[in-house]
Amino acid sequence: MAGGIGSGPGKSARTYAGFGVPLILPAWLVIGIFLVVPIGIMLVYSFLTKEFRGGVVWEFSLAAYDQFFFDRGLFGDDPPQIEWTYILIFWRSIWQAGLATLLSLLIGFPTAWFIATRPASTRTIWLFLITVPYWVNLLIRTISMKFLIRDNGPLNTWLLEAGLISEPIHLINTWVAVQLGLFYSYLPFMVLPIYAAVERYNFALSEAAADLYASRFVTLTQIILPVVKPGIIAGCILVFVPSLGSFLAPDLLGGAKNFMIGSLIDEQFKGAAGNWPFGAAAAMILLSMVMLVLIFYARSQSRREET
Amino acid sequence: MAESQGAIAVDIDNVSKLYGNFTALSAVKLAIQDNEFFTLLGPSGCGKTTLLRCIAGFEDISQGAIRLYGDNIADLPPNHRPVNTVFQQYALFPHMDVTRNVMFGLLRLGRSEAEARARAGEVLELVRLSQFADRMPAQLSGGQQQRVALARALAPGPKLLLLDEPLSALDLKLRQAVRLELQQIQHETGITFIFVTHDQEEALTMSDRIAVISDGEVQQVGSARDIYEEPDNKFVADFIGETNLIDVSVAEVAGDKALCTLPGGAQFTCPAARGAHSGQGHLSVRPERVSLADPAGALLTGTVTRMIYLGTDMNVDVRLSDDEIVTARLQNSSRTRIPAMGATVGLEFEEGAARLLVD
Repeated sequence: MAGGIGSGPGKSARTYAGFGVPLILPAWLVIGIFLVVPIGIMLVYSFLTKEFRGGVVWEFSLAAYDQFFFDRGLFGDDPPQIEWTYILIFWRSIWQAGLATLLSLLIGFPTAWFIATRPASTRTIWLFLITVPYWVNLLIRTISMKFLIRDNGPLNTWLLEAGLISEPIHLINTWVAVQLGLFYSYLPFMVLPIYAAVERYNFALSEAAADLYASRFVTLTQIILPVVKPGIIAGCILVFVPSLGSFLAPDLLGGAKNFMIGSLIDEQFKGAAGNWPFGAAAAMILLSMVMLVLIFYARSQSRREET
Repeated sequence: MAESQGAIAVDIDNVSKLYGNFTALSAVKLAIQDNEFFTLLGPSGCGKTTLLRCIAGFEDISQGAIRLYGDNIADLPPNHRPVNTVFQQYALFPHMDVTRNVMFGLLRLGRSEAEARARAGEVLELVRLSQFADRMPAQLSGGQQQRVALARALAPGPKLLLLDEPLSALDLKLRQAVRLELQQIQHETGITFIFVTHDQEEALTMSDRIAVISDGEVQQVGSARDIYEEPDNKFVADFIGETNLIDVSVAEVAGDKALCTLPGGAQFTCPAARGAHSGQGHLSVRPERVSLADPAGALLTGTVTRMIYLGTDMNVDVRLSDDEIVTARLQNSSRTRIPAMGATVGLEFEEGAARLLVD
């Protein structure tokens, strides 16, 4: 019996470690088949030649990337100039997603803090309430927002009647409308990880800071924010990444002038006017952007652990 | 040491704290002297931690005043009170190394980076943690974390240091070592310490004076010897150490002496606590002051019902004629006569060993 107990931990450790591969295998298969393979296809397609009715011709070409970055004139034989159209769309996507992330953080952090500091019994109710609007499909919600903010929609009507404005605010088909759509769509993704971090926060740390002569501001910036930072970063990534590739909000709320990279890609795969290699190339460029953000995050995390 | 008699460091003047209908502190009055190691002792939920948090500023008081060297600090926020705290679970800043933790308060007080770093080094030396200055809190053992918490609270040179059960998370051996260290540091720094604990042994060994608290009220204030040898009431006698509380009828109380009738009829004169009166009362006798004797002519007689071996001592429970149990603690030596179970024995104690208490 004593021998059995003595050899127990080693044996059981081996046994459970042995489960590792079968446990992760289903996830690997799903990721492999539905993520790695499609990205591989996309990568290949981005280097093919376009077929005029959609689809591709199996012939290697850099035309898609060339079209994204350079302007070679109508017949393709002028000296190459930087093509700003797509770069500007890209730039717009980045700042719109960045702004949406910032706004979500400004609204999400206090909300998460509020919920995490409620008595344990009511926290679940608050979290539940956060998720309620998301029972409705994103498309429906975005279209509803379009109706709400129309020139003669409820928002303007109400503001006019309240005497706060004298003529309707023109929101629809502006970058502001896109911004509203983006940040509203992804707000919960900011609230939930911050909530999780704040809930684990030990409030004795704030007391210790106050005891050591820290003002409320210093306590917030030097103690609370650094300690809950992992939650904030997770929230920012969860809002920034999908915002960057979003196409519903810019399509439905922004109109033609507020194109974002998601809409651009979306369009390349619709009907005969599309250009599959160009869409695939734009998608690859977007993917590299996202990878850059994640690498930045991973590096800041490992620095955190080193110190 | 209460050497500098007279200088009051902390004057807790009639402090009450209410949570809705619950009275956590009820008109607490304490005068803690300069350079004193003062302990708040009581069972959990008695209000001792609440009182400490009121002094630190984490709780507002409902009534009264808290004066630190004459200045009322009761309305100041915690970051404006020249008081530092060692927290029960240490509350070290997890994202800062040991030195940064210790420097935190100094930087808030406007010291320069270099000055704060030098001072942190000094304090870490005092708590013998210099070689861990670059570690993160999570890389330290419980005892080391406790010393960082102490260093962090000492670094700004507070007028008053509050310690909220700082030893409760440590194991026994370490706790005993840290007790001595704390006492030594208090002597070296000359800072007034207010120490909260529910552990009476901790309180007795470390403190200059102890306030025993129960149900939000101060039961007794005194040196370890005072509260152990001359408890004011039944609660203090029972809470500090072990005691026998024997029901007696009191014939008369004259000054600080009382004449009692013990169960079994023996007459006995003993010291009486303040407020003792004739009628029914409790006689408190510590087990180690009770000795076994011949039943004939003994103060109390009864039968041995239980014996517990404690290593250095042995506890003998004796049932009296009125079914009360009195425990005698016998030293475990070759000369001690060990009675047989069920034997009839007599019990004796000296006049000065017993004390008549009020409820």
